[in-house]
Amino acid sequence: MRPKKPISVCRSSHWRFLSIALTLIYALLTACKSEQPQQQVIKFWTIGAEGDAVIKLLPEFERQHPGVHVDVQQIPLTAALEKLLTGVAGNATPDISQLGNTWLPELVMLQALEPLDARIAASNQVKRDDYFSGIWDTNVIDAQIYGVPWYVDTRLLFYRRDLLAQAGINTPPQNWQEWRSSLIAIKALVGPQRYSILLPLNEFEPLLALAIQQDEPLLRDGDRYGNFRSAGFKRALSFYVEMFQNTWAPTMTNTQIANVWNEFGRGFYSYYISGPWNIGEFQRRLPPEQQKTWMTAPLPGPNGPGAGLAGGSSLVIFQNSKHKELAWQLIEFLSDPAIQLRFHTDTGDLPPRRSTWTDPGLNSDVYAHAFRDQLERLKPTPKVPEWESIAQQIRLVAERAVHGDLTIDQAAELLDQHTDEILEKRRWILDRGAKP
Amino acid sequence: MKVERAAWCFVAPALLVIGLFFFVPVIAAFGASLTDFDLYALADIRNLRFVGFANYQRLLQLPEFWDALGHTLYFVAAGVPLSIFASLTAALLLNSKLARCKPFFRTALFAPVVTTVVAMAVIWNYLFHTRYGWVNYALSSIGVHPIDWLGDPHWAMPTIILFAVWKNFGYNMIIFIAGLQSIPEDLYEAARIDGASYWQQFRFITWPSLAPTLLLVSMLTMAGYFQLFAEPYVMTQGGPLQSTVSVLYFMYDEGFKWWRVGSASAVAFLLFVLMFIVATLQLWLGRRGGNT
Amino acid sequence: MKQPIFVSAMVNGLLVAVAAITLFPLLWMLSVSLMAPGEASNYPPPLLPAHPSLNNYRELFAHAGMGRYLANSFALATAATVISLTFNVMAGYAFAKLRFAGRERLFRVLLASLVIPAQVAMLPLFLMLKYLGLVNTYGGVIVPALAGIFGIFLVRQYALTIPDDLLEAARIDGAGEWRIFAVIVLPVLKPILVTLAIFTFLATWNDFMWPLIVLTDKDLYTLPVALAALSREHVQDNEMMMAGSVVTVLPVLLLFLVLQRYYIQGLLLGSVKG
Repeated sequence: MRPKKPISVCRSSHWRFLSIALTLIYALLTACKSEQPQQQVIKFWTIGAEGDAVIKLLPEFERQHPGVHVDVQQIPLTAALEKLLTGVAGNATPDISQLGNTWLPELVMLQALEPLDARIAASNQVKRDDYFSGIWDTNVIDAQIYGVPWYVDTRLLFYRRDLLAQAGINTPPQNWQEWRSSLIAIKALVGPQRYSILLPLNEFEPLLALAIQQDEPLLRDGDRYGNFRSAGFKRALSFYVEMFQNTWAPTMTNTQIANVWNEFGRGFYSYYISGPWNIGEFQRRLPPEQQKTWMTAPLPGPNGPGAGLAGGSSLVIFQNSKHKELAWQLIEFLSDPAIQLRFHTDTGDLPPRRSTWTDPGLNSDVYAHAFRDQLERLKPTPKVPEWESIAQQIRLVAERAVHGDLTIDQAAELLDQHTDEILEKRRWILDRGAKP
Repeated sequence: MKVERAAWCFVAPALLVIGLFFFVPVIAAFGASLTDFDLYALADIRNLRFVGFANYQRLLQLPEFWDALGHTLYFVAAGVPLSIFASLTAALLLNSKLARCKPFFRTALFAPVVTTVVAMAVIWNYLFHTRYGWVNYALSSIGVHPIDWLGDPHWAMPTIILFAVWKNFGYNMIIFIAGLQSIPEDLYEAARIDGASYWQQFRFITWPSLAPTLLLVSMLTMAGYFQLFAEPYVMTQGGPLQSTVSVLYFMYDEGFKWWRVGSASAVAFLLFVLMFIVATLQLWLGRRGGNT
Repeated sequence: MKQPIFVSAMVNGLLVAVAAITLFPLLWMLSVSLMAPGEASNYPPPLLPAHPSLNNYRELFAHAGMGRYLANSFALATAATVISLTFNVMAGYAFAKLRFAGRERLFRVLLASLVIPAQVAMLPLFLMLKYLGLVNTYGGVIVPALAGIFGIFLVRQYALTIPDDLLEAARIDGAGEWRIFAVIVLPVLKPILVTLAIFTFLATWNDFMWPLIVLTDKDLYTLPVALAALSREHVQDNEMMMAGSVVTVLPVLLLFLVLQRYYIQGLLLGSVKG
C-alpha cells in the first residue's frame, strides 16, 4: 500500500478537534509546572516523629532569613526509603532531607546527594572534631562527606535494677563473661515463665550489635564478599543463639509480646537491647513508683565495654536542589548546639555533638549517661548500597539458627552465600573498573 | 473510504493513549524482566545486563516469593467463595417477594462498594482494635477473650478477608439480582404446584439458571482479588511477620523500595501467568459443568 | 409449608442485620469524627460523641492541608473523567458502527489484553514518565486513566444498538461523520455517558497505588494517598483520621446516591452482557 500524506487522512474539522483536545491535555498536564513562587521555598523532608519537633524550630530560622519559607513534609518511617528512592528515580527530590545514615550509600551511588566537604571546611558552625567520630564516619563515602549528623542512636542495655539486685548483681555487666553469669542468675530467679533478656526475633539489630563488637569486619575484600564465617561473627552468633537455647531469651517477636513496655514493668524480662527512643517510652508508660527500678548500661563487649552500632539520622542536600546555599544554612541552623538541645528536649533524640552534651540538663540525665559513654565507641556498618538487604538476611538466617534449624557453622555459611549473591552485581561493577 | 478515515480519527486518540501508556510499558516490563535492572542500572544504564530467565528462576527459589504467593492464594481461596456466598445470599434476600423497602436495602448493601479502600481501612483498623474496638467489645459480651486481630499473624489475613468481603459483596449482589430477575416466574410456579420446597426450587431452578452469571462473577472477582495491595498496605504494612504480604505488595517492595526493576517485572508477569491459568481453568470447568 | 409471616420476618430481619453490618462502620466513622481527641479510646467504646464538635475537621483543613487534597482529588478525577470519556466514546462508537480494515482484529486484541493486570505496566511507565518530566505532577497521575479498554467496550456494547439506517440516512443527507457523531450518536449514548462518567470519576477518586507511586510532593497528594500518609503519621489521633475518612468518602458516596440508577445500569451492562 502506498503511504498517504498524513494530512489527508482526516478531515480538517477532525484535525481541529484533535489538536484542540491535545493542546488542552498538554496544558492540563503541564499546568502545575507554571507556578512561580513569590518567596523562596525550601522543601524539607523529615521522617517519622522528628517532623513535629522540627516544625517548632523553624519559625526562628524563617525570622533570620526573611523571604524564605521552609516547607516540611513528614514521611512515615515505614514508607521513607521507598519515597526517597522513588523521588530520586523520578527526579522529584526535595532540597534537604533527613536520612537514616545506613541509606546514605544507596543515594550516593545514585549521585543524588551533594558532597558537603567544601561547605563544611568553610563553616563556623559544623565542626568535624566536635562530632562523635563513629557517627561522623557513617556520612563519609569514598573520602567524601555527604551528610551532617543530626541525631545519633546506638543500641545498649536497658535493665531492671531491682531484679538484677535480687539475683545478686549490683553493677551491670562489663563483659560477656559477667553478662552470661548474670543471665544465668536472673533465669534462676525468675523461673520458667519469665526471661532474663528480650531479643525480638523480628529485629536484626541486637545480633548486629554483638557482631559489630568483633574485630573482623562484616564484609571482606573491599566489601565484595560476606565475612560471616569469620571467628568473630560466629562468636557473636553463638552467644546470641545460646541465649535462646538456654531459655534466657524467649523465642518471640515484638508483635507476639502485646506491649514491650508493660512486660518490662512486669518483669517478663530484665534486659532489653534497644535505643534511646525507649528512654522516653519507659518514662511515659511505666508508673511513677517503678521509675527507680530501671536503668541503662553500655553494651558489654567480649572483653569489657565494646563498640556500639552507629545509628541515627543525617541531614543531606540533594543535587537537584536549586536552593543549596539556603539548604546549607538550614543545616547549620539545625546543627547549632542550642537548637540541638531544644530538639533533644522535644524528641528525646540524642545530639551528635560533644558540645551539646555539656549542657547541665543533658549531662545529669542518668538514663542518657550510658549512651554518652557508648557514643565514643561507635562503629558504622559496611557502607554498601546492598546493606539493608544483607541485614534482612542476617535476621532471617539468625531466626532459623535460633529455632535450631541450622548450626552456627551452617548459618554462617548460608549467610555468606546469600551475601555473596547479593553483592554479585557490586563485584561485577568493581571488576569492570567502573565506580559503583 | 471517507467513513474509514473518520473511523481511524475516532479511535486514534484512545489507541494512542492505550498503546503508549499501556502496551509499550507492558512490553518494556517483559524486556526488563529479562535483565538485572536495579539501582546500579538506574544510576548508569551501562550497568544493565541481560540475564535471560534468571529473575524468574531466582524468584521460584525465593521463600519470600512463595510466602507472598501463599498469602495471595489464601486470600483468593477464602475470599472469593465467601464474597460470592455473601453476594448471592444478599441477592436472594433482596429479590424475595417478601422483602420490604427494597431500594433502601439495596443502596445500604451497596454503599461500601463505592467507598475508598484507604478510608475504610482506617476505620476497620479501629473497629478491630484489640482494646478499644467494637468487634472485641461485642465478642466479649458472649465471653470471647480479646483477639489481636491485626497484630496476630494468624488473625491478620482473616481480618483482611472479612474487610474485603464487606467492601465488595455489594457489587456482585447487583449482578446476581439481575440474573435472578431474568429467571421466568412460571418455572417457580410450576415447581410449587409440584410441591417443591424452597430448597428444591433453589437447587433445581435458581442455581442452574444462575450458572453462567456465577461463572462470570467468580472470574471477575478472582481477577480482582489476585490484585490485593491497598488493604495490607494501609492496615498492616505487610505485617505482622510478613503474614499479609501479597504478590503485588511483594512486587511493590521489590520495585519501588529496593528498585530491583528486573525482578519486580518478573513478579508481575508471574502473577499474570497465574491469573491467566486460573481463569482458563475456571472457563474450562464452567464449560464442562455446562455440558453435563 | 412454612408460615409466610415467619419467612417474611426472617427475610426482613436478615436484611436489617446485613444492612446494619454494612452501614455501622460508616455511621460510626461519622460519629467518631465528631468526638473530642482521645474520646474513642475508651472501653466500652462510645457510640455517640459526648459533645459533638467539628474541631477535627477544622484541624484537618487548617493544619493538615485537607482542603488542598480535596481540591487535588476533585481536579484530577474531573480531568480524567472528561478526557477519558471523550476518547472512550469516540473509540467505542467507531468500533461499533464505523467499518474500517482490521476493526474486529483490533478489538479482539484490546479485549484480550483486559486480562493483563495494570500493575504489570507500572514500573516501566514510571520510568517513561520520568523522561517525560511527568513524575510528581498531576499529569503523571492521570496519564494511565486517559483512555480505558473497559470504557471503550462499554460504549461499544451500547452503541451497537444504534440502527444503521439512522446513520446511513444522515450520510445520504450529506452530513459529515463528525456531525453525525455530535448530533445523532451522542444524544443516543447519553445514558452510557453518564454511567461511564460515574465509573471513571469513582475509580480515579478511589485509586491508590498509582498516585502513591507517582506523587512525592505532599502538595499534590490525592485524598487516599494523603489519608494513608496521615494515618501512619498520626496513629494515635483516631478521631481526626475518622474525620479525614469522612472527607474522603462523603463526596463519592453522595455522587453515588444521586446517580445510582445510572451506576447500577452500567454495572449490569458491563458484566452481564459481556
